[in-house]
Parts: sequence; structure tokens; C-alpha cells
Amino acid sequence: MEYFVQQLINGVTLGAIYGLIAIGYTMVYGIIGMINFAHGDIFMIGAFIGLITFLILGVAGITWVPLALAIVLIVAMLLTSVYGWTVERLAYRPLRGSHRLAPLISAIGMSIFLQNYVQLLQGARVRPMAPVVKGGVTLMEADGFAVQLSYVQILIVVVTVALMTIFALIIARTSLGRAQRACEQDRTMAALLGINVDRTISLTFVTGAGLAAVAGILFLVYYGVIDFYIGFLAGIKAFTAAVLGGIGSLPGAMLGGLLIGLIETFWSAYFTIEYKDVAAFSILVLVLIFRPTGLLGRPEVEKV
Amino acid sequence: MTVEASRQAGGTEGTDLVALLKEAGLAALVALGLGISIIGIRTVTIPGGLGLEYRWDWVVIAVVSVFVGRFVLALRRETRSPAKRAEREVVMNRIGATVQRVSKIAGPVLVVIAIALPWMPFSNRYIVDIATLVLMYIMLGWGLNIVVGLAGLLDLGYVAFYAVGAYSYALIAVHFDLSFWLCLPLAGLFAATFGVLLGFPVLRLRGDYLAIVTLGFGEIIRVVLLNWYEFTRGPDGISGIPRPSFFGLPFSRRVQEGEQSFHTFFGLDYSSMHRIMFLYYLILVLALITNFFTMRIRKLPVGRAWEALREDEIACRSLGINPTNTKLTAFAIGAMFGGFAGSFFATRQGFISPESFTFVESAVILAIVVLGGMGSQIGVVIAAVLLIGGTELFRELEQFRMLAFGGAMVLIMVWRPRGLLAHRDPTLRLSAGGQNAGAKGGAS
Repeated sequence: MEYFVQQLINGVTLGAIYGLIAIGYTMVYGIIGMINFAHGDIFMIGAFIGLITFLILGVAGITWVPLALAIVLIVAMLLTSVYGWTVERLAYRPLRGSHRLAPLISAIGMSIFLQNYVQLLQGARVRPMAPVVKGGVTLMEADGFAVQLSYVQILIVVVTVALMTIFALIIARTSLGRAQRACEQDRTMAALLGINVDRTISLTFVTGAGLAAVAGILFLVYYGVIDFYIGFLAGIKAFTAAVLGGIGSLPGAMLGGLLIGLIETFWSAYFTIEYKDVAAFSILVLVLIFRPTGLLGRPEVEKV
Repeated sequence: MTVEASRQAGGTEGTDLVALLKEAGLAALVALGLGISIIGIRTVTIPGGLGLEYRWDWVVIAVVSVFVGRFVLALRRETRSPAKRAEREVVMNRIGATVQRVSKIAGPVLVVIAIALPWMPFSNRYIVDIATLVLMYIMLGWGLNIVVGLAGLLDLGYVAFYAVGAYSYALIAVHFDLSFWLCLPLAGLFAATFGVLLGFPVLRLRGDYLAIVTLGFGEIIRVVLLNWYEFTRGPDGISGIPRPSFFGLPFSRRVQEGEQSFHTFFGLDYSSMHRIMFLYYLILVLALITNFFTMRIRKLPVGRAWEALREDEIACRSLGINPTNTKLTAFAIGAMFGGFAGSFFATRQGFISPESFTFVESAVILAIVVLGGMGSQIGVVIAAVLLIGGTELFRELEQFRMLAFGGAMVLIMVWRPRGLLAHRDPTLRLSAGGQNAGAKGGAS
């Protein structure tokens, strides 16, 4: 029982991170119908920018943790958004209206490019970081097994829930959100009604990158090590989460992220840790075969 | 703010120098935003944790080059009329068509050159080795071209079949001591079976979903190879894979009592070049078989059906083509050639491990197919020679190889979304815009 609760906590934490990345996939897919393969690498860049900012703050002597975290989050969100915007502008916008595989191939190229860009500039070795948020509380204890809820985990869940709430409000209430939903339904019609479609798509990438940056920082403070390759696996799992929840659906992305986090954690805890990536991939395959619309998605009609 | 401003600047009309400078300035600002963190500051390991290293000069170089580059590009765009751009497209299409036509003559010439290569006065062990490597990628490219180019199924996990071929060859050869010539078809068969097994459930999926699922399968196979230690020896890999023999004659210096090796049988002096040349001709023959097979099957009903499916699946279904079976044959045949190439890889290296079958390998093969022009056989050759041969020549720049790879994939897609030599003759042209409309229809 205690072991189960501990795994549940770990799974929810991991799921929160996946959920944040999955939002980027699901929004982009919803609005332009492409898989932004480079999104995982945007997440990785966010983690690196976060690490660099932490170190600079350390040099500058700002060591009060809440302030440092807030600064890091804001700086990384801003700078990573620039990456998200540039990727869209350079690799995807010229291909709008091209055949379907072209943006995907361009995205794969971008992903390879970004990985090697960071590898060249920041080195190939893993970057460890001293824990920023230490300590935790013991929830229950039995038979010598203590269920730990660390402050980092609380932080991750709180930040994720807060961001997702803000984000859901943006989509539901603001003019940007309305424009986004309009573009999702019919881009031509939205353009005819005076919505700047290019700008809306750009902003979608910018917000997606911002959320990915937060996920990157949370990953960094949770695991304490990053390298240039973390984006690949995390990206695929987050994409799986988006598909599982129903691609194009925001609540679906959050739910999918949570489920993938839980499945992966429980798989590692009760079966074999070596095959945990196989578990995630198998779920992706199974979902796509048996329920391609995901849990909360709408069926997609193919038009001639 | 920057986002919107530079977007608007991008749309400014007229050759207004101030506007161009402003546009370039905004691009430079974006470059500053990109560079200030990742380029400008490097994390370095120091005793007791991580330290920082500043490289502001690099940021300045990056920002200035983006400024200049953007300015030059904008100036060119302003001074060149849109008609010119359309013309360029036509010219490129014509080049594509010409290359296709010439390739009928150039093909045999290239084959003759390839056969003669090891006998050229300038050739040495190193050149033959590189040529073998290039041919291996040409073969993989041709195999994947069946799936991606002809049938239009984006397969991001092609390396899985390559791995299945390599491992089945290695395991059969090591455990059952069968000869290369028996193992090769078996490996191809295993890979094709895997293709059918993996393909059957997923081929109902549309383009990009299929891509992700094949990527997932590729990774699953790699993870299984890595962790199933009893069977595959995991990360240690399989070593001591038997080398191929010349119809039973081994290429060894020492021969056992009562047996003959290649050089004693033909009365030659022993030379290590024999095996290298044999491997070269082996892959040449295998690649040519792949090419010949593809060219022929393209003319058969099933080949026609692949191309038709690529263009419009709904139309195909309404004409009575079974999409799943048709796609499955493409998948299986592509996988089979991947398996052949894999067993060649295993016998050439003598050692295989899961390290050789990562996603990057899939991406490289895909890049060869896509950059050459999807569906173009000669395009694959050109792309493989450029990408593999080119990067082998610039060995010192090894670390920039994948960076350039990714960049090239993006640039070529943006420049010519159907690949460098993509050229398709429309069977029926309705109007001047007919080809364009056909391309769009194929994308849906």
C-alpha cells in the first residue's frame, strides 16, 4: 500500500511534466494539423536555458529559492519562446499548403539540427545540477517504508496546475484564444473574418514553447541532470500523451500526460525498468490502432 | 512584440532601404534572443559542480551574420520579380525531368564506372571502403524508396528492419553455422515477416500517425535488442560473425589442412584487398538487384497501385484497390531489402550491437530518399554520394555532420518540398494548373 502511494505520487509528478509538453503538441496539431517533431527539443532547450539562468543567478548571488525560481521560469519562458517562434518561421511557415509529409520531414530535420546545435555549443556530457528545492514531508510510514512527498514534487504539481488553469482561461476567455479556436476550425474562414492567421499560429508556437520551457525547468529541478538528448524520449512520450488524450484537445493532453506518467511509473515499479520505454511506445501503438481519436478527441473526417 | 513587428516587416513591399534595414535589424534582434543563452554562455564542469564560460564574441558573430544574411536575402527578394521565382521552379523541374531522361543512359554508365572502380589506378583500400559504404546506403535508400517514394508511407523506423536483418544473419550464422548465401535470404525473409507483422495493424493510419508509430516500433526493437541479454547479448553486441566466402572459398590467409581458400584456389598471392573487393562487388550486386526489382515492379499492377495510393487513397479505394494489402506489400518488400542490407552490414563489420541501429540511422536513410527526390532512383544515388561520401571526405568536421544534415533537410524541404530531383509526369494534364492541383490532391 505504501509502495503504491509512493508510486502514485511519483507518477503524478512525471505526468504533470509530460502534460505540459503535450499541450504544445496538441495545440499545434489542432491548428495546423502537423506533428511538431521538434517540440521535444524545444523542451530540452528550455531545460538548458533554465540551467544557465540558475547558474547566473548563483553567480549574481540571488539565492532565495522562490525568487530565483520565478526569475528562471520567466527568463526561460521568454528565451525559449524565441526558439519556438523561429522554428515555426523558418521551417514550417514556408511549407504551409505544401504536401502533408513536407512539414513533418522539415520538423525531423529541425529536431536533428537543434539536438546537434546544443550538443556542439553546450557539450555532449550530462549536466548535473545541485538540488534547488530540498526536503519534503513524510506522509505515512509502515514496515520501515516511508512515503515521501518532496517539496519538488509539490512545486511541480502546483506550477503545472497553475499554468494549465491560466492557459485554459486564455483559450476560453481572451481574443487570442478565440482566434486560436477559430483557426482550428477553419483557417480560410478565420482569415476572411479578419483574423491574422499567421500571427495566431506563431503565437501558438510561442505559448507551446513557453510551456515546454517550464516543463524543462521542472524536469531539471526534479531529476537534476540534463543532456542534449532528453528531448527525444520526453517528446515522444508527450506526443503519446497527446494522442492518448485525443490530439487537438487540451483537457485530453493533460489527462493523457497524467496517464502516461502513471503507466510509466507503475510499469517501472512493478515490472521491469528496462522496458519502460517499450510500455510507452506500445500504448501509443495500441491507442492509434484501436482508438485513433484518443480518449477525448473528436473523430477526424477525411475530405476528398 | 518582436514577433509581430518582424513578421510585418517581412511583408513590406517596395525597395525601401530603411524598411530592409529595419527588417534585418529585427532578424538580428531575434538572433540575439536565440544566441544570448545557448551560444553566449556555456556550462562547464568545474571541481564541485558546474561553472560558466562566456563567449560573447560568438554571439556578436552570429547576430552580425544574421543581420547581413537577412539584409542580402531581403534585397534579393525585392529586386527579383515573383515571375523569376516561378521561372526558377520551372527550371528546376526541367532539370529534374532531364536527369530522369538522362538517367536511362547514365544508369548503365554509372554501373560500368562502379564495376571498374576497384581497378582504377587511383583507387586504394580507403576508396573502395567508402564506395562500399555509399553503396550500402544507396541500397537502403532504394529499399526505403519503395515505401516512402512509391507508396507514400512515411516510415521513420526503417532501421528496425535493417536491425532485424543484421541480427538474424548474425544469430543464424553464429549458432547454426550456415553460410552467408543461405543466411542472406533467411534474413530478408525474417525482415519481411517483421514488416508484415508490424505493418498489418498500423497501415490503416494516415501519413503522420504512421510515421510516429513506425518510429515507435523502431525504438521498441532497439530497446528489446538492448535488454534481451540472453538472446542478443545486449549492449555487448554479437562478435565473431562469419565473413562471407566466395562460393565456399574463405578469404583467409591461413587455410586448414585439406581445404582451399580464395587465393590458393586461383593461384594468387594472398592480399587483404580480395575480401574488400569481394564485399564491394557483393553490395554492388545486391544494390543493383534492388534497383532492378524496383524498376520492374513499378510497371506491374501492384507498383502502379502503390503510386496511385500515394496520390489519392480515397480514389483508389473507390476503384477497388485494397489499400491495406497494397501498402503491406510495399512495406514487406521494403523491409526485405532492408534485411538484405542489414545482413551485408553484419558480415562486413563482423560485429553488431544495438548502437548501430538508432533513430538517427533511420533519419539518415530517410534524408537520402527525401533529399534526392521521393520516388527518384537516381536521386537516391546522388543524395547518398553527396551525404555519405561527402561526410566521409570531411572527416575532421565529423561533429558538424549531423548539424548540417538536419539543416539540409529543413532547407531542401523549404526550397523544394518534393526533393531535389522530384519529377512526376502527370498522366493527364487538365490545364496549366493541373499538375499543381494534382500535387495538392495527393497531400490530402
